[in-house]
Amino acid sequence: MRQALLKGLFYTVLVAGAVTFLYPFFWMVLGTFKPEAEIASLRLWPSEFTLHSYRAVFSKIPVGRAFFNSMLVSSLITASVLVLSSMAGYALSRLTFKGRDIVFGLLLFTMMLPFQITLIPMYVLMVKFQWVNTYQALIVPGMVSAFGILIFRQSFKSIPGDLIDSARLDGCSDFEILFRIIWPLSKPALITVGIITFVNTWNDVLWPIIVIREQSMMTMPQMVALFAVGGQAEAQVGNILAAATLLAVPIIIAYLIFQKYFIESMATSGLKG
Amino acid sequence: MRSKGGQLAPYGMVAPYLAHFALITAFPVVFSLVLTFHRWNLLSPMQWIGTKNFSAVAADPLFWKALGNTLRFLAIHIPLQVGVALVLAVALNQRIQARGFFRAAYFLPVVVSGVVVTILWKQLYATETGTLNAILLALGLDRVEWLTDPRIAMPAIAVMATWKNVGLYVILLLSGLQSIPRQLYEAAVLDGAGKVSQFFNITIPMLNPILLSVIILSTINGFSLFIEPYVMTGGGPLNSTLSMNLYIYRQGFAFYKMGYAATLGFILAGIVFVVVMIERRVIEQEYP
Repeated sequence: MRQALLKGLFYTVLVAGAVTFLYPFFWMVLGTFKPEAEIASLRLWPSEFTLHSYRAVFSKIPVGRAFFNSMLVSSLITASVLVLSSMAGYALSRLTFKGRDIVFGLLLFTMMLPFQITLIPMYVLMVKFQWVNTYQALIVPGMVSAFGILIFRQSFKSIPGDLIDSARLDGCSDFEILFRIIWPLSKPALITVGIITFVNTWNDVLWPIIVIREQSMMTMPQMVALFAVGGQAEAQVGNILAAATLLAVPIIIAYLIFQKYFIESMATSGLKG
Repeated sequence: MRSKGGQLAPYGMVAPYLAHFALITAFPVVFSLVLTFHRWNLLSPMQWIGTKNFSAVAADPLFWKALGNTLRFLAIHIPLQVGVALVLAVALNQRIQARGFFRAAYFLPVVVSGVVVTILWKQLYATETGTLNAILLALGLDRVEWLTDPRIAMPAIAVMATWKNVGLYVILLLSGLQSIPRQLYEAAVLDGAGKVSQFFNITIPMLNPILLSVIILSTINGFSLFIEPYVMTGGGPLNSTLSMNLYIYRQGFAFYKMGYAATLGFILAGIVFVVVMIERRVIEQEYP
């Protein structure tokens, strides 16, 4: 009897939690299809489905361009982080060279450094390079990740040395060893670093707000945030929710497909970070 | 074994990282330190002013306001986050159906952009049209001015931030719970310990290292509070939600006071460091 009661209590907690976390998203997505007057009501399902909110968003802001910018920046950074961070991770885990401990020390320093210290001088750097309002400003600072290097270093350590030695006897260079032999054996690490890098880049908003002022160069979160804050949405809640939905949907779809990888990867980054 | 590229190959492998480090980390850190001793608006030449930036910060009422706001945010956010995460993780750790579904549901806000979450909650919190007040009215209660009452706005943001992040901590605590050896509980049952006593004498002490990580992570993330007040309240009403990062952003990128903003950045980093150290010390003393 007490057992059953306890079990019932746990289910109540779990279901209440699920409703709390999911309801706002349903409300948001369904709200984008409602006539404006209906959004404020408690009623979840629209009386009629309309696309006017989306039409308004596309006519008021170049949201397609922002979507393209975000995709481009997030993809290039993710590709660069995978290649460059795995190179450093390989050198740190499988090669011996003078100064290796120093490089590792720099890595730990980078990981622990609060971004508030580098924010202002980074902006000054972008101004001096005349990179304000360019893709370089969005991409270059993210091209290598200290976190990625640490994950790769850890993962590459467990690859059998014999494999690497025999490849070397066959005349493979270090680059060939890394990309032909180690990469295919390191899918979990590549997925972890890839997901975290892509999601963090896609969602980042502070840096774009600082270095991008021209609308045509803005990323999705930045454009949507400014749309919600500024006057362009004309206080139409439907418009703001539609813009937010467009920003959320790519990540939500990826999450629904790769849910297990997302949770594992981000939990790893939580403990390491 | 010698690599084929000779002695230079390892350096080729780490060169991109080192170049990136020099440009994006080393130079900014040094330059940031230089900036703290200067007045500079990016246009006119830099002007050496000694430690005047630091004394100006100490005398700046908005700095103290922002620091107080940020600490107030943390004082609500961290206990709420640890408490809710612990309850959900313990519930998930029972023999239950659909664990995967619940896990995935709690984690959803973690992967979604903070901009989306903030926009969403701004509507939920709206005084006239928001869902929360509609529920309160339906229950026969009065409306609450969630974002327009200076006493309530920051707690409201702290609740939202908890909703956004707690899923991550649920997962971390759940994996901690699952790694506690069953034998400990079995031995406790033999000793006649009840569920409550088991929780406080076994679960909490065994979870301690993860609880510490959760608290430190929430602290570091909490000190970076920016986009939530930026989108939701603009720092208002009456600067009650002005966070440290929002203040640095304003000084640097609205007023172009580069030296002053860099000084604020250094001071904030120092405060984060001290707060994390205190948390670590207190928790390690309580549960060695």
